[in-house]
Amino acid sequence: MILAWLIILLIGTGLLAWLAGRWNSILPRIISLAGTLIYLGIVLWLWLGHDPGTDNQEWITSYTRSWIPAFGIQFKLAMDGLSLLMLVLTSFLAVISVLVSWKEINKRVGFFHFNLLLVLAGITGVFLSLDLFLFYFSWELMLVPMYFLISIWGHENRVYAAKKFFLFTQASGLLMFLSILGLYFIHWQNTGVFTFDYEQLLGTDMASGTAFLLMLGFVVAFIVKLSTVPLHSWLPDAHTQAPTAGSVILAGLLLKTGAYGLIRFVLPLFPQASLQLAPVAITLGVLSILYGAKLAFAQTDLKRLVAYISVSHMGFILLGVYAFNEMAMQGVIMQIIAHAISTGALFIIAGALYDRIHTRDIRQMGGLWRKVPKMGTMGLLFVMASLGLPGLGNFVAEILILIGSYLANHKVLTILATVGLVTATIYSLRIMQKVFYGKENKNWVIADLGIREMIIMLSLTAVIIWLGLFPASVFNVSQIPVQKIIQKVNTLDTGQGEAGHSGRDNIYHTASSMALKKKGQDQKINLIKSD
Amino acid sequence: MSAQDIMSLLPVVILAGGILFILLLVAVKRDHLTTFAATLLILTASLITVFFTSPETPHVIGELFLIDRFGYYYLALILLATLVVAIFSYLSLRDFFPEKRMEEYYLLLMLATLGSAMMVFSTHFISFFVSLEILSVSLYALIAYYRERTKAIEAGLKYLMLAAMSSSFLLLGMALVYAISGTMAFHSLASISPALSATSNLMLIAGIALMIVGIGFKLAAVPFHMWTPDVYEGASSPISAFIATVSKGSIVALLLRFFILADLYRFEKILWAFTVISILSMLIGNLLALMQNNVKRILAYSSIAHFGYLLVALIAGKEMGPPAATFYLTVYVITILAAFGIISLLSQSQEEATDIEDYRGLFWKRPFLAAAFTVSLLSLAGIPITAGFIGKFFVLTAGVGTAKWLLAFTLVIGSVIGLYYYLQIIVVMMKQEINTVPTARFSKASSLLAGSLALIILTVLMIWIGVYPRWLVDIVNSLG
Repeated sequence: MILAWLIILLIGTGLLAWLAGRWNSILPRIISLAGTLIYLGIVLWLWLGHDPGTDNQEWITSYTRSWIPAFGIQFKLAMDGLSLLMLVLTSFLAVISVLVSWKEINKRVGFFHFNLLLVLAGITGVFLSLDLFLFYFSWELMLVPMYFLISIWGHENRVYAAKKFFLFTQASGLLMFLSILGLYFIHWQNTGVFTFDYEQLLGTDMASGTAFLLMLGFVVAFIVKLSTVPLHSWLPDAHTQAPTAGSVILAGLLLKTGAYGLIRFVLPLFPQASLQLAPVAITLGVLSILYGAKLAFAQTDLKRLVAYISVSHMGFILLGVYAFNEMAMQGVIMQIIAHAISTGALFIIAGALYDRIHTRDIRQMGGLWRKVPKMGTMGLLFVMASLGLPGLGNFVAEILILIGSYLANHKVLTILATVGLVTATIYSLRIMQKVFYGKENKNWVIADLGIREMIIMLSLTAVIIWLGLFPASVFNVSQIPVQKIIQKVNTLDTGQGEAGHSGRDNIYHTASSMALKKKGQDQKINLIKSD
Repeated sequence: MSAQDIMSLLPVVILAGGILFILLLVAVKRDHLTTFAATLLILTASLITVFFTSPETPHVIGELFLIDRFGYYYLALILLATLVVAIFSYLSLRDFFPEKRMEEYYLLLMLATLGSAMMVFSTHFISFFVSLEILSVSLYALIAYYRERTKAIEAGLKYLMLAAMSSSFLLLGMALVYAISGTMAFHSLASISPALSATSNLMLIAGIALMIVGIGFKLAAVPFHMWTPDVYEGASSPISAFIATVSKGSIVALLLRFFILADLYRFEKILWAFTVISILSMLIGNLLALMQNNVKRILAYSSIAHFGYLLVALIAGKEMGPPAATFYLTVYVITILAAFGIISLLSQSQEEATDIEDYRGLFWKRPFLAAAFTVSLLSLAGIPITAGFIGKFFVLTAGVGTAKWLLAFTLVIGSVIGLYYYLQIIVVMMKQEINTVPTARFSKASSLLAGSLALIILTVLMIWIGVYPRWLVDIVNSLG
């Protein structure tokens, strides 16, 4: 029930904010802040209340109600460690995005917050749904309010960007919906039961060709969201044109729903087909890393630049997901969180700069450090995070993904992906050089970060450092779900070649324990628990 | 006709009697409001009897009519839609109609409704054709009712010519089928063995093909769609809504009956013909809508596409088809009534607010109307939490469930194209306001009460069905 309340809370707060907006423009902000803080509080309480070590049951908490029984559709929400982490991230960024919009949004404040909270409700639904119909419902529910956020409060070219975003995601989403229906009917043919229930659909028996086609429907929807290279072109436009809160939610959460979908749905539902797709997916991932990095380097628009950094970083996620081992998968989880924080922070800095000098063109900037030292410091920190400096969250994520995929015998591609780290250094340093260092191009007279902005940036800083130094706090939570999902794929793999696989497993175990020791982590984490 | 026959047709009898009553009423006292009130009264009375006389078991009247729950459901839908159309018509006539004689409008509207009401029970070529003509002839006059507007006359004439032509196609088709089978009742056609001789088989197929032309015209499916945009644009908004909902809805009911009773699913070729018509309607309807900047024309082209989607359900077969088609139609009726209702509420002169620029900034001027319009556009586009999404899901389920992948994919492509022009309207509504949105229209608050009430109910229904469709799904599934 608590899970349903989370969604009701967000929608209710949104409606209240909209109503309040008719009388007053401060009230919606306060209401939204209160609502998101309560949300954060509930999620943190759930996090602290659960015990990852002894948790043998499948879900930490779940809630099921009948919805449209004629079609076997349920309102089924459930939370495991993976969903929990996603919710922690969502609630944290929810508070941040309300705070970020405090001064930026001045017109139609009520309606803005309504849309903001509705997007968050949709995202929460995506992370919790265990009924494929409900999942698709939430998936689509994210789109409309996001479309409004971009097209009403965005920058100069907002309508084009919003439409492109909507059409890309809607078209791919409908393909996924066809796949869901296909799966639904195949399950019905096999068992005579109509159901969209995820747990019942797991292990549906079907011809491998069919499975592959159905899986493609899902994968297309998810890699569009993940902005993998051939399908990424909506992202730079949407990011650039969205208001800051919109960019933060896009980069921090909306892209991650794609990654979550791959982990939660594609791998467990289509393990065999996923193995077949792995080489292609990993190649696309590496392509995204390199191509995104190259384009990031070529941008002059600060937000567009950060958007391409996202494309590049999301490539790592694809690489890690399709490596099919626990290490890479844990890296993916970390990447999801760390990227949300670091890129979100970069967007907030870009937004703050735009607020002050009304341009996103980095050729107009330069030498800003002396004017805004606090902003510069924050910029430096998060640029370092995004280039993967040890000690910060992104490093842990990327190194785990790279080691994991190397161990999964994708050696050449992994080496190419590692080149992405070098390019990341180049484009990241270019941001610092062009914006904060170098000669002053114009004599901007601007204020440094205010108290509200410092609170935002410092809390993001705390999180990114925490992630870098104590990644175990994340891995502990996600370990059980990750192991379960990996097992589903790997049992198939074992069936094909027993000897080779066990050999690989051993290497993996030694290597990962070495990696853990190297990071000086608590041995208790036992990432490598063999079962 | 026995007493039981009359009892089972009571709602239709009330409707027919009501028309005579209004005729007399107009002779005694010519008054707009009185006539309108009488119309509402009769429609409501008819609607109430629908709930009391709805038969538990199907009842047959001769070979002409089959009275069953399926027919009653459609009848209720038709009466409700007419009720809403009548309300919006009253507002529009009272404020913008330049001439004195408005009372005949309601007579024609009721006659058209009577035609539709009879059609949903028809199981025979004769009853089908008679009811179709009652409907069509009334529509000729209704479309051209605003005589001052040249577009209305043009639309009326266009509809007259094409409808007359399509009726003759239909008649010839019926004649050919009769020549082969010696019967005009749908259910006796089912007993014709498919193993006819080659020539007779050809004649049967040709006959049915000609009938498809006639029916396709009424449904405005591609390639028989040419009249739609002009007629929608020329007729007043309430009448456009009437054509889109009542007229087309009753044809859908008839088509479902015809397919099931005559078991047309046996004929591969007929299914193929409908598959082609459906695919063309989905694609061409949506593509042509992209190029419009008149809201009524956009809705006209989108209705072509929507009936393409509906045909997907029809083609999907006996089990899954009818519930899906009925559900989709219900949702479409609710949605399009709301959309045309808003257009007619926004109009401030004889020339209605149809240009897309008329809607600029509506979101900030009339937030309620704009929100309702947004909901109906999203419902047409099939976005979750609106009824349209569940409707599309129902149709897609029918299509995928019977492995009609080509149709399902076309539906998806059509929806994506459709999204583009629905979003276009929403975007315009959110742009910065310029003072083009009529404001004078809204000062007469009292007159709008009924209109706003209807609109609120429709909007609530769209969201309610979108979030909690269970009751409607159960009703539709129970129609059998």
